[in-house]
Amino acid sequence: MRKLRQDAIRQFGTFGILLILGTVGFWVICMILLPQLIMIDYSFRPFLPLREIGGPEDNYTLKNYMVLFTNEFHRIIFIKTIWASVIVTVTALFVCYPISFYLAKVAKGARFSLILVGLIIPYWINELLRIFAWQLILSDAGVLNQFLLTINIIADPINFRAGNGAVIMGMVYAYILFMVFPLYNAMESLDRNQIDAAHDLGASWPRIHWHIVIPHAKPGIAVGCIMTFMLAAGSIAAPQLLGSPSSFWFTQIIYTNFETANWNQGAAYSMVLAGLCLIFIFSMMKIFKVNLRAIAK
Amino acid sequence: MNQYIGQDIEIIDVGMHYEGSPKAALNNINVHIKAGEFFSFLGPSGCGKTTLLRLIAGFLDPTEGQIRIGEKDMCRIGPNKRPTAMIFQNLALFTLMTVSENIAFGLEMRGVSLDKRRKKAEELLELVNLPGVGNKKVSDLSGGQMQRVAIARGLAVEPSVLLLDEPLSALDLKLRQHMRTELRQIQKRTGVTFIYITHDQGEALTMSDRIGVMSADGRIEQIATADNLYNKPNTAFVADFVGANNSFMATVKTANNGHAVVETSFGFLTGINPQQLSSGQQAIAFVRPEVISVLEESKSEENTIKCRVKNISFEGAFVTIFLDVDGKEAFIMRRHNDGTSLFPEIDSEIDVCFGTHNTRLLADGACFHA
Repeated sequence: MRKLRQDAIRQFGTFGILLILGTVGFWVICMILLPQLIMIDYSFRPFLPLREIGGPEDNYTLKNYMVLFTNEFHRIIFIKTIWASVIVTVTALFVCYPISFYLAKVAKGARFSLILVGLIIPYWINELLRIFAWQLILSDAGVLNQFLLTINIIADPINFRAGNGAVIMGMVYAYILFMVFPLYNAMESLDRNQIDAAHDLGASWPRIHWHIVIPHAKPGIAVGCIMTFMLAAGSIAAPQLLGSPSSFWFTQIIYTNFETANWNQGAAYSMVLAGLCLIFIFSMMKIFKVNLRAIAK
Repeated sequence: MNQYIGQDIEIIDVGMHYEGSPKAALNNINVHIKAGEFFSFLGPSGCGKTTLLRLIAGFLDPTEGQIRIGEKDMCRIGPNKRPTAMIFQNLALFTLMTVSENIAFGLEMRGVSLDKRRKKAEELLELVNLPGVGNKKVSDLSGGQMQRVAIARGLAVEPSVLLLDEPLSALDLKLRQHMRTELRQIQKRTGVTFIYITHDQGEALTMSDRIGVMSADGRIEQIATADNLYNKPNTAFVADFVGANNSFMATVKTANNGHAVVETSFGFLTGINPQQLSSGQQAIAFVRPEVISVLEESKSEENTIKCRVKNISFEGAFVTIFLDVDGKEAFIMRRHNDGTSLFPEIDSEIDVCFGTHNTRLLADGACFHA
């Protein structure tokens, strides 16, 4: 620790160190910690008219959190959001696993670069625009329906956006990189000879993956799933733009609460969502038997 | 250990040309390796020996020719279906499994029950002199122990052929020499055909029944037992690559009866002419340093050269003497140190001689220059 301090002072000077610590400290405290603490505070206070705030009615209460249990609609949406986010995560995992393996252990040279560029370029475009693109594809007068109508497979346009399908698809597309990169990272460090050795010892391809590749890629799988799940559960753009009234997302309820000035309810639901994500992280770590250090790698 | 059945491997006219590569990695390889043989492919790095091993293992298919194991054509049969097991250069042990799980992996893939797998793993650990480490993690083992685990893992599937890709190269010298003996013993005990590839001639010469020397352009130069390879090299490449050798550029003057007389920059030499070179051809005369001795009385059947002692290097068991002819560094001779004999003094003029039967005349071709 002392050596670290000396090294840092030698490199940046005392003033430099103070500047770095000051700005980072300001950022962490004022931009991250304080707003979160204020949100927590809000979430435990009742929703009151402006003049009653700070008055005798303004006591700490669990009321905002209890709404989740009393309001059936909210509860159903909450559970559905978890469920749909799990589907998004699992789908993304199945889509990204072969891509990552191909990138990490099979593709070489120009082909590798081509796939990588193909994966990254869409991310140079704003997330909203990417989702709008899906809207163009999936809407009643969209590209897909037009195509199916022209080749006479269907007589009337299909409402692709009726259920959760479109939302889930949009999210899988939107978060693919967050699954591909952790998986690729983990697989890349696997010794190709281990795969060959397993093959040589009689393992078929599915078993090579089951016994060698997946155990090795476990930390990557855990990280990819955590990222994708958190992004999906916290997503607002995709359900807003691709969803129908029947595919309401929990974030949309939070959004509506803030919009209608009921910050207390919104804050409480935000905390519930954050808690859910924490539970998901820890259960993933438990399921994949990885610790924080392996994930940080 | 009678569950092992070694099998013949026939490599027939095999050529390998990687897509997009300007030249072939292997050319016209023909070898018949007999069941239960310890066969080594020896060659400088980049000579295609790893490619050859991967062809036999089934990771690659040859672009020309055929590989047969036990009479059966192996074309399009994947590595998981061949009666071979490979020991990788970096061993490629499964780092997330225990030692036992590593060894039993092949059996697990064959659907053998857990009890039998455990038993077999213990047996194999005995065989490789490493009992009682079954529950350890691979990362807790030393280099030599990992080596043995890799061999046990390969033997667990009862292969007919064990393919070894320079597995000793990562070990330190002492351990490497010890493992040579041990590998040889394991091979003898099991009777499995071993195919060993290496660039280390010491390994190849000490362990193998026969050795195939490969040149840098992916051809087989000579297949022979260790002593024949050393004493009777058939090409300039082998003479140069295997062991230390003096080489004299020469032109063939007369040739008859398997012998020939050549002219070198310091006179005429007579030697064995295995390639039947004819008069006028360029040749290289090879003479091992240890067959050269100081001339005491004139013998007509020997080659003699007048030279000057330039330097002497004492190496314990033997002494290397650097000799000059007409001020040009010419060749070396090596004498045993029997503790009593006197060695010539530096700068003294001496006559050295070597038998005509120890002089091999080979066509001037691609040599190995380390």
